[in-house]
Amino acid sequence: MSDALLTLEGVHTHIGAYHILHGVDLVVPRGQLTMLLGRNGVGKTTTLRTIMGLWPASKGRIRFNGQDIARLSTPQIACLNIAYVPENMGIFSDLTVRENMLLAARTAKRAEQMDDKRLQWIFQLFPAVEKFWNHPAGKLSGGQKQMLAVARAIVEPRELLIVDEPSKGLAPAIINNMIDAFEQLKASGVTILLVEQNINFAKRLGDTVAVMENGVVVHAGAMQAFAQDESLQTSLLGLAL
Amino acid sequence: MKALDFDWRPLALVPLLALAALPLVGSGSTWITLTVAGLAMGMIIFVIASGLTLIFGLMDVLNFGHGVFIALGAFVATSVLGAMGDWTGSQELWRNLLALLPAMLVAMLVAGAVGLAFERFIVRPVYGQHLKQILITMGGMIIGEELIKVIWGPEQRPLPLPEALRGSLLIGDAAIGKYRVLAVAIGAVVLIAMLWALNRTKIGLLVRAGVQDREMVEALGYRIRRLFVGVFVVGSALAGLGGVMWGLFQQNVIPQLGAQVNVLIFIVIIIGGLGSTLGCLVGALLVGLLTNYTGFVAPVFTAFASIALMVAVLLWRPQGLYPVANR
Repeated sequence: MSDALLTLEGVHTHIGAYHILHGVDLVVPRGQLTMLLGRNGVGKTTTLRTIMGLWPASKGRIRFNGQDIARLSTPQIACLNIAYVPENMGIFSDLTVRENMLLAARTAKRAEQMDDKRLQWIFQLFPAVEKFWNHPAGKLSGGQKQMLAVARAIVEPRELLIVDEPSKGLAPAIINNMIDAFEQLKASGVTILLVEQNINFAKRLGDTVAVMENGVVVHAGAMQAFAQDESLQTSLLGLAL
Repeated sequence: MKALDFDWRPLALVPLLALAALPLVGSGSTWITLTVAGLAMGMIIFVIASGLTLIFGLMDVLNFGHGVFIALGAFVATSVLGAMGDWTGSQELWRNLLALLPAMLVAMLVAGAVGLAFERFIVRPVYGQHLKQILITMGGMIIGEELIKVIWGPEQRPLPLPEALRGSLLIGDAAIGKYRVLAVAIGAVVLIAMLWALNRTKIGLLVRAGVQDREMVEALGYRIRRLFVGVFVVGSALAGLGGVMWGLFQQNVIPQLGAQVNVLIFIVIIIGGLGSTLGCLVGALLVGLLTNYTGFVAPVFTAFASIALMVAVLLWRPQGLYPVANR
């Protein structure tokens, strides 16, 4: 068993008057891909946003590499080498693909200063990024935007990649492309935490799985065992998947 | 997919408005005079309003106190230029310009410094609360006005043009105000500097991205509040510069100058699309031209013209001429 890169212990989150997370416990092992599953509205996106400090935890501990990050601001958390792709992808539509990538490359002031070798690797993972390099990002299709969002997150080496529903609204061919890309990312050693609704996507990629219900994690374990237990899947995920 | 998918239609409104006014004005030479005056007025409004639109775009802050920086800039200029009478009274253009330069720089420095304090003590406590922002920034402007009265007195102060900038250049039958040509040139320099900073630097890229989605900029590891303070200070300094230009345009200043211009600049940034620099430029030029043409053709409607333009633009494009994506 790998050691934990990220752990959440008893995390509660309130948004205004609403109590969304009711004590989330989650372990993301280093170098593995962890799938966070659950029906709509159980708190998956809130968990990711809480990790990033976008909706700060009202109670509980979030440890990254042993450091408690629950009270840090979003930029401080991002600077610990954590990349985040939100559900809406967070693409800057008025900027070009190149400018979107440059923005995420914190060490580069100009496009020429970005790591060319890494860019070539990213272009091979996501050819659309290279093809539309100087085009406005707002003009890309949904699948191309998703590729750009993930490509942007990995423009510089990151220790943890957090992605919220990467397959949402994508055509099957694009989903296969995305799965290939995540497999290569995993092979490169990056730790990944994915929220996903598509069970086939989750089964193909996940090493470990955590399932949420009503703001808490109700099941955690190896994906292989979870994938083989259809009754467990049905009881935890119902027909929503 | 085209790489350059620029929407030219709002920009084309500027020459279209100018051409549409030609038959109404009648005389070609008068039309040229009015057009240059309108462009000069538009460029001054752009210098003043460009910071305000970024302030709103970046942090959703409704700063109704922006006018105080305009008035402050103009009053600082009365003091600096008043102390440089030998230079402003000279017939030599270069000595006049050398007098204007420190006046503008000091006005920008003072307005920028006051802007820094304004952001820290007045705006920062009310982030995300629009109603409170309106009330507290208007209160800040009233306090600023009163402080101007304490320092410079409540009465109107003259801000005469330097000697060599008075009068007009005659091009054919058209009389073109010398200062108006200078105002257009200064506005163009500010515009080019701003476009360069926004489009060619990483900080500019961050500002453009922050206007669209500040949360995502933070998730990429940048502290947007620091960026915002910088934009607030630059916006205040530009308002100070605009105040000097406006004061020289009117050749006198009053403590209520900011409140007077405030309405106009809010009309401009609404026409342009909140947060859009290009929209702000087009809106400012349209308001400047329309005000001058209406003032000549139908003076009684001058005050109404800008509001009518805003209504017409919003009926065509409810988010303004160049809406910012993701807002």
